[in-house]
Amino acid sequence: MGNVGAKDVPVLLSPEGLRLDGRRLDELRPIRIEAGTLHQADGSAFVEWGQNKVMAAVYGPREVHPRHLQQNHKAVIQCKYNMAAFAVDERKRPGLDRRSQEISKVIAEAFESVVFAEEFPRTSIDVYIEVLQANAGTRCAGLVAASVALADAGIPMVDLVPAVAVGKVAGQICLDLKKEEDNFGEADLPMALVPQSGRLVLLQMEGHMTEEELGRSLDLGVKGCREIYDRMKAALRERYALTPVAGGAA
Amino acid sequence: MRPGPGTYRVGGKIYASVLGLVAERPPLVHVTPLSGRYIPRAGDVVVGTVTDVQTTFWLLDIAAPRWAPLHMTGTPWSIEVGETERYLHVGDAVVVRVENLEATGRIGVTMVGEGLGKLEGGTIVRVSPARVPRVVGRGGSMVEMITRLTGARLAIGQNGRIWVEGSPGAIHRVSEVLKRIDENGQRSGLTQEVEAYLRSTVPDGPVEPEVRPPAPAGARDRSDETDPRPWGGTRGDAPPSFRSEEL
Repeated sequence: MGNVGAKDVPVLLSPEGLRLDGRRLDELRPIRIEAGTLHQADGSAFVEWGQNKVMAAVYGPREVHPRHLQQNHKAVIQCKYNMAAFAVDERKRPGLDRRSQEISKVIAEAFESVVFAEEFPRTSIDVYIEVLQANAGTRCAGLVAASVALADAGIPMVDLVPAVAVGKVAGQICLDLKKEEDNFGEADLPMALVPQSGRLVLLQMEGHMTEEELGRSLDLGVKGCREIYDRMKAALRERYALTPVAGGAA
Repeated sequence: MRPGPGTYRVGGKIYASVLGLVAERPPLVHVTPLSGRYIPRAGDVVVGTVTDVQTTFWLLDIAAPRWAPLHMTGTPWSIEVGETERYLHVGDAVVVRVENLEATGRIGVTMVGEGLGKLEGGTIVRVSPARVPRVVGRGGSMVEMITRLTGARLAIGQNGRIWVEGSPGAIHRVSEVLKRIDENGQRSGLTQEVEAYLRSTVPDGPVEPEVRPPAPAGARDRSDETDPRPWGGTRGDAPPSFRSEEL
């Protein structure tokens, strides 16, 4: 990107109310989810969401490493989110940074509230998320991929965890921001939903919006999550060649 | 209806907790998982590999959530404390039975019993634990057919680890067959499909006239070989060699 002067700010919303890529305000980017893409992992998934490409692998429950993290009454959930150096325009310095540590932590905590960890005492469930191509919303894409991978790994949990970001762009509340909207917009609000209970297990915000706008954003995000939830279930059914049952959950 | 394995109840409704198939067995509702690690049950015969050697026990990787300790008293050998590493080394493969499961998640296994013991030679092929019933077939029909048509010896662990021994060609064909079963586990008519595959591939030994599956032309008879291990059988308690028909 380099230096971006004020005059370089793109027109984020057309007079007709369409966004940069022609989407309406409440429209998701195209999303493709594939379960079971890796052979050696216990569960895996690949998510292509707009121009994001994210791979997730789940191992376990297995022996805890390092040992001192072991918990006597439940499994620990360890998550590692990593962005490849080639995932963004300007080469990202590879390895751990504060951003990836934070995202790893919030995603692990989101899963801690849905996984029945007490069923596997003194074990570890390891979740690895690799961002191969980034275009805003990678923590949501990573969480979606990891959630499908957890289901693919046969890990018992309350439900799948769909996630999406809502933001404020050119004064309007928009669903699923892409990179330019994220960079030049006024606010970004990623969230993750447990459809079974309606609880949010991840909610972060950057930027500013009014209380009224926040309320509308949450409603829009929940709607988006439910749409993604259907895609996640479809991906798992495709992997196991299943036909939907009336009222069937995860 | 009450929630059984693979389900949970919230507010009077029963939900699936794992990805699987619903089965109603009054008064319980089960969800049989389609994937996931091997969940040990008492009595299961499993194939494991040694991952660690301690003074009184070995730790085995049986593809379960945790490593399973095999205590030296659970072996057919009389071992002094500290002598464990003379019997089994890291990487050795064994057939053991799950004996007891503790609430702590500890999996107790034993090597005393028919068909249990150390595995010599061969290779281990992995399939999903959910596919093991298909590998065995109804009344053992699938294994019987595979051993008959390939001349390989098989030891099938409930944990999805399958030990195969025989000529390189036989091992290759069995591995291919196991891969097919693993990938097409839900399909019906698998046994015929596998049989057709095995008959269409060129076997490396005599085709049909193998009357006794455990002693095919390709496999070596180990009973005459001198024991290469340090105690060389002088203690009179050498590990029993494993035979597939005992399973």
